[in-house]
Amino acid sequence: MAKFSKKTKTEESIPTSALPDIIFMLLFFFMVTTVLREQDILVEQKIPQATQLQKLQKKTLISYIYIGKPKNTSLYGSEPKVQANDVLIGAEDVVQWVNQERDLLPEADRGMITISMKVDRDVKMGPISDVQTELREADARRVLYASTGKLQK
Amino acid sequence: MGKKKSRPSQEVNAGSMADIAFLLLIFFLVTTTIASDKGILNVLPPKLDPNNPPPEIDKNERNIFNILINANDQLLIEDEFRDNADGLDAEIKAFVLNFGLPDEEASALYNTLPASLKAQVKRDPESSDSPGEAVVSIKTNRGTSYEKYLEIFDLAKKAYFDIYAERVNLTTDEYRTLTGKDDAEEALIDRGKEGIPMAISIAEPDKIGS
Repeated sequence: MAKFSKKTKTEESIPTSALPDIIFMLLFFFMVTTVLREQDILVEQKIPQATQLQKLQKKTLISYIYIGKPKNTSLYGSEPKVQANDVLIGAEDVVQWVNQERDLLPEADRGMITISMKVDRDVKMGPISDVQTELREADARRVLYASTGKLQK
Repeated sequence: MGKKKSRPSQEVNAGSMADIAFLLLIFFLVTTTIASDKGILNVLPPKLDPNNPPPEIDKNERNIFNILINANDQLLIEDEFRDNADGLDAEIKAFVLNFGLPDEEASALYNTLPASLKAQVKRDPESSDSPGEAVVSIKTNRGTSYEKYLEIFDLAKKAYFDIYAERVNLTTDEYRTLTGKDDAEEALIDRGKEGIPMAISIAEPDKIGS
């Protein structure tokens, strides 16, 4: 009878000692990329889709304005409202808000202030054009219609 | 000599480190919103000065590409009723690149265009005289939905970006992602735009019928 030598068993368990390091790496990635929301958005935001998106080079120049139907309709009604910073404002207060935002920028960049309009897709053009008229009045003429990418046909 | 005291082991148990890290990881995964600052850039016209009204400009009707959107999101494009905007970008592109009655400057511009764009020049006397003269006008109603307006605006932008990109031999997506962060990109952007201003005019919406 021939002798068979027993096969050596291969190691079956995967070494997991590096697992915490991998998890920590992921953790740090998310910690660094996270921007905690500093404001509550009081209006509905279903951002429309578009194809011709552009990215702005300088993020510090952007100020955000939100337009949409209030989430809390019992308090604010169901007509579209404009939100800047933390409060709902009327279209006539936009000029003042723009000037406040502009004063926060360094002097050299003040002419380049860009307003990112985050508008809900169900809003009609009426309130939007009112806001745009006010923006022209405040001489903040660069407007970014925030939108998300759409797959092109 | 006394017996050595048996010391408790000095290592901290690190077996649950992964679990703790997981917990933190999941917290940040859930709370993260990756900020997106993408959108369609528009430059509004300067404010009206009551003492100094803008000069009356009579442009020939053929140099204006009229797009009207009513409160029911129906379109009237160059006096023709439409329900949807399919193919509008190609029409705008053809309109801008028409060169119906080019002056000297426009003829020089024509000569700088690459062959692929020259092939698209129709020279229709009923359409725009030259790219410098052509204006795309979008007029909405106060009841038009923002989504429709953005769709049309997007298509008009696409027509122009297509032209620019073709001029510098890039795809439209490549051209659009140029940000001008260095001189080479800046030069490329300028070369695409030169002589063909992006003239998209947004008219004040009407109040009637909304």
